[in-house]
Amino acid sequence: MEKKQFDIIGTRADGCDEKEKVLGNIVYAEDFSMPNTLTCRVFRSTRPSARIVKLDISRAAALPGVACVLTHEDVPYNESAKNVVGQTTEVGLLEAKQRILAVDRVRYYGEPIAVVAAETPELARDALELIEIEYEDLPGVYDPVEAMKPDAPKIHGDNNVIANWQLRKGDTEKGFAEADVIVEKEYRTPRQEHAHIEPESGLAWVDEMGVVNIRYCTQVIEHYRDVAAVLGLPESRVRVIGTIIGGGFGGKEDLTVEVFLALCAWRTKQPVKMAFSREEMGYGRQKRHPYILRYKTGATRDGMLTAMEAELISDSGAYVMLSPWVLLYSTVHSTGPYVIPNVKVDAYSVLTNNIMTSAFRGFGAMQVAFAYESQMDALAGELRMDPLEFRKKNFFKRGDETANYQAVPSDVMISEAADQALAALGSKSQPSGPGKKVGRGLACAWQSYGRMTYLHDTAGAWVGLEMDGSAVVRCGIPDLGGGQRESIRAIAAELLGIPLNEVHVLSTDSQLTPLAGTVTATRALYMSGNAVRLAAGNVRHIILNRAAEMLRADAEELDIRERIVFSHEDPGKKIDLVKVIRRCAAEGKPLQSLDTYKAAFTDEITSNVIKDPVFNDWTFGAQAVEVEVDEETGQVTVLKHASAHDVGRAINIKRTEGQMEGGAAQGLGFGLMEDYLEVEGTPITWNLTEYLVPTSKDIPDSRSIILESHSGVGPFGAKGIGEPAITAAAPAVAAAIRDAVGIEVPRIPATPERIFWELQEKKRKG
Amino acid sequence: MANELYDVTIYVNDRPVSGRVRAEKTLLDFLRENHFTEVKKGCDNGDCGACTVIMDGAATLSCCTAVLQADGRRVYTVKSLGTWEKLHPLQEAFVKHEAVQCGFCTPGFLMTAKALLDVNPHPTREEIREAISGNLCRCTGYVKIVDAIEDAAAAIEAAAIAAVTEAAAHSTARPAANARIREE
Repeated sequence: MEKKQFDIIGTRADGCDEKEKVLGNIVYAEDFSMPNTLTCRVFRSTRPSARIVKLDISRAAALPGVACVLTHEDVPYNESAKNVVGQTTEVGLLEAKQRILAVDRVRYYGEPIAVVAAETPELARDALELIEIEYEDLPGVYDPVEAMKPDAPKIHGDNNVIANWQLRKGDTEKGFAEADVIVEKEYRTPRQEHAHIEPESGLAWVDEMGVVNIRYCTQVIEHYRDVAAVLGLPESRVRVIGTIIGGGFGGKEDLTVEVFLALCAWRTKQPVKMAFSREEMGYGRQKRHPYILRYKTGATRDGMLTAMEAELISDSGAYVMLSPWVLLYSTVHSTGPYVIPNVKVDAYSVLTNNIMTSAFRGFGAMQVAFAYESQMDALAGELRMDPLEFRKKNFFKRGDETANYQAVPSDVMISEAADQALAALGSKSQPSGPGKKVGRGLACAWQSYGRMTYLHDTAGAWVGLEMDGSAVVRCGIPDLGGGQRESIRAIAAELLGIPLNEVHVLSTDSQLTPLAGTVTATRALYMSGNAVRLAAGNVRHIILNRAAEMLRADAEELDIRERIVFSHEDPGKKIDLVKVIRRCAAEGKPLQSLDTYKAAFTDEITSNVIKDPVFNDWTFGAQAVEVEVDEETGQVTVLKHASAHDVGRAINIKRTEGQMEGGAAQGLGFGLMEDYLEVEGTPITWNLTEYLVPTSKDIPDSRSIILESHSGVGPFGAKGIGEPAITAAAPAVAAAIRDAVGIEVPRIPATPERIFWELQEKKRKG
Repeated sequence: MANELYDVTIYVNDRPVSGRVRAEKTLLDFLRENHFTEVKKGCDNGDCGACTVIMDGAATLSCCTAVLQADGRRVYTVKSLGTWEKLHPLQEAFVKHEAVQCGFCTPGFLMTAKALLDVNPHPTREEIREAISGNLCRCTGYVKIVDAIEDAAAAIEAAAIAAVTEAAAHSTARPAANARIREE
C-alpha cells in the first residue's frame, strides 16, 4: 500500500498558477475592489522618540469625503498580539506589547498614530495633511550597546534588555587552555529590508452576517485572532481570505494592514482598502535585526575545535515583536554546524528608538553564520590549513550533540555539499584588468526548519476525491510564491495516482480551509505537506481497501498510477480508479478525510540557559562564490556562485532550485549592498533608489546542487529549503574578498567604501 | 491649475481608453483605475520596474509617465502578449523555466523582455542582464529569468524559420533562406 515509485514528486512539473501569472490574470491583494470602496491611510510619527503634546483630527475629519479618522480612542482594545498566534503555551518573557495606535508617546520614526478612510486616495492623502500634531522630543537611544547601560533612556519599563539567552556546555576556560590557536573578533551585520515587490495591501468589508472579512496578502492568515482581540469580537466573526502573495520573506509575518483595515471597515461599515507606499514599507515596518557579534574560538594544532565563546547583541528597535525568538534562533545556531566541546554564549535583545526589527528569512540564524564562518576561516588561516579540510574535521554527524544538548536527528551531508559547491565553480577566472584581483570563498551553514518545538505546532488538511477521479485539497497555508500550493498538490496527486492538473488546492481562507499555520520558519512543506500526506493517505487507504475486495487482492500489494489501481504482484489485477470511487460512493464510504499533523512537542522553555531540544531538525548546506575586487575603487563583483543543500527530498526540482537561487541572491545582497540606514532614528534610505537590492547585473549565473538524503521529517523525508538557502551567502563573499585581496571583512555589507578604506589601511601598514 | 482636468484617449492593447484626468496623474494610476491591474505598482518611484509597459515600441515605466504624455499613443500591457490557448513564446519560456515565483514582477519583466527582443532578437546573456537591470525581482535571483528570455529568443527564431520554410514548401518562388535575414 506504501507508495513505491514516484511519478510526480521529484520532477520538474510546471506549477499550478504560473500560466495565470504570466498572463497577468492574478488578482493580487491591491487589485481587488468592491463598489463604494474607501481608501485608508495611516498617519505616522515623524519623530523617533517624543511625547505627543497635541493631536487634533477635527479639520481632517471635517473634510468632505472623509469617512473616518481614528485615533487610539477609537480602538476598542488598543494592543497588538500578545505572544504569537497559534501557539498553545504562554511564554511570559516573550510578550510583544505594542499599541495599534500610539497613545501619548512615539518610540520610533513611523509609529502609527491615526488612520483615515476617505472616498478617494487623493482625499485620504489630503486628510493626512490636515491632522495637526505637536511633539515634545524625549531623549532617545539609537545604539544597542548604549541602550544596555543602566542610565540609558528607557524605551519601555525599566530595562531595555528584553531577552537574554545563553548556551553553557563544558568548560570554555579549559577548552581555550587546550587550544593551540585562538582567534577573536567583533563582527557587525546590517539592518536588512525585505523589499518584496508587492507592498502590504488588502481590502476589508463587513458582510451581511456581521463578519469582518479581510482579503489581504499575509503569511499568517491566523492573524484574524489578533484582529478579533483588537475589535473585541469573537474570533469566529473575523475571517481572513489570503491572496496570492507578491513575496514576503518574513515581511508579511507580523501584523501589517489587517488591523487598520478592520478598524475602518467596522467603523464605516463600508468596504475599505489600503496599500503601503514604498516609503511606508521603509519606515513603517520591521527589518532584519542588525547584530554585533563578539566571537572567540580555539582549535588544536591538528584542527580540532576546542572552545567557542560568543556575545550577541541584537538591535530590536522600539517594540518587542519577534525579537526574543529571533535571538533564540541565533543562540542555538551560534556554534555553526560544528562539534565544539566547550561553549559559552550570551545573547541579548535590546530595545532602542530605531525602526522595529522582527522576522526575516533566516530568522537570526543568518547573522551568526557570518560570524562563525569568519571564525572558521580565521582559524584555518592561523593553522595554515585548507578552510574546507579544517571544517570537515569538525562538522556535525548524525547523532552528534549540539550545544543545546540535542542530538542531530538527520543525515548531515554538509561535506558533500561543500565539495560539490566548490567544484561547481569550475576553473578560476582571470582578472578582467590591471588592479583587479580574483578570489574564492566557501561558507557552510545550518538552519532549522519548522517552528520551535515548545510551541506545539500543528497543521490540518482536508482531501476529497470527486466522482470523476479528480480531487480537491483544502489546507490553510498561504502561497508566498515559493510553491507552497504546488507542493501539496504534488503530494496529493502522487498518493491518489491522478494527474497534477486534476487536483485543485484551496489554500487560504481562515473559515473554509483547515488551519495549517503560518508560512514562516520554513515550515510550509514540512507541516502542511505532512498534513496533506496524512489526509490523502487516508483516502488512498479507503480506495485501496475497497479495490482489494473488487480485485480479490491484498491491499498491501496495490498502488494507484494514472488513475488505475493495480497490483505490484499480479499485473493482471487492475481496475479503473473511477470504478472504485463509484462503488465506494454507492456504499456510502467516505471519499474524504480531514487530518492533522502534529510536530514533535517539547515542554516550555523555563530557563535562559538553553539545555533542551528546540528544533525538530536542520537543513545543512554550503555556498561557494568567486569575486573580483577592484583594488582602486573597492568594488566587489560576484563572478560565479554555487550552492548545494541537502533538501532531504525535492518535491519539485524547479521550485527547489528557485528557492536556492533566490535565497542566494538575497544573501549576496545582505553581504554586499543592503543596509537600511537611520541617523539618530530617522531613516535616510527612504526607497529603492537609496536602499539598493541586487539587480540582474549584480547576481551571476548560479549553480544549484540538490542533495537528497531522504532523512528529513517532512513528507517522504523532505527537509526545508526556504530559509536555509540564504544563510551562507554573505560569509562566502567575505571569504572570497579575503582570498582576493587579503583584507578582513568584519562588517557587512562589503560596500565599495568599506573595502576601499580597508585596502588603504592594508597599504598603509605595508 | 492643479485641479484642471484634461481629456485623454490612450490606445491600450489596441483599444481606446478615455478619461478626464488631472495633470499629475500617472499612466500607472490611470491604467489601474481603468482595470488594467496587470500593471503593478511596486514602488511608484521608477525603481522596481513592475509597472513597465510598452509605449510606442519602448519599455516604459508607467509610474514615471504622466497620462498626458501618453495621450493619443499606443500602450501595451502584458495582456497584449498571449492567450490561455496560445501563450507568447516569452510567457511559455517563463513558465517552462520557472522564471516566475510570486509573479508580482513578472508582467514588468515580460514587457521589458518583449521590447528587448523586438529590437535585438538574439541578445547575449549580458545584453539580457543589461536590459532587465531596471526590473527588480526579489524571489528568483534572476538566473531563470535570463534563461527564459534566452530560450524565448531561440523559440521565436525557430518559429519564424519554420513559418518561412512552410511557406516555401507551398511556393517555388521564395527560398527558405529568407528566414535567416534577421539573424545577421
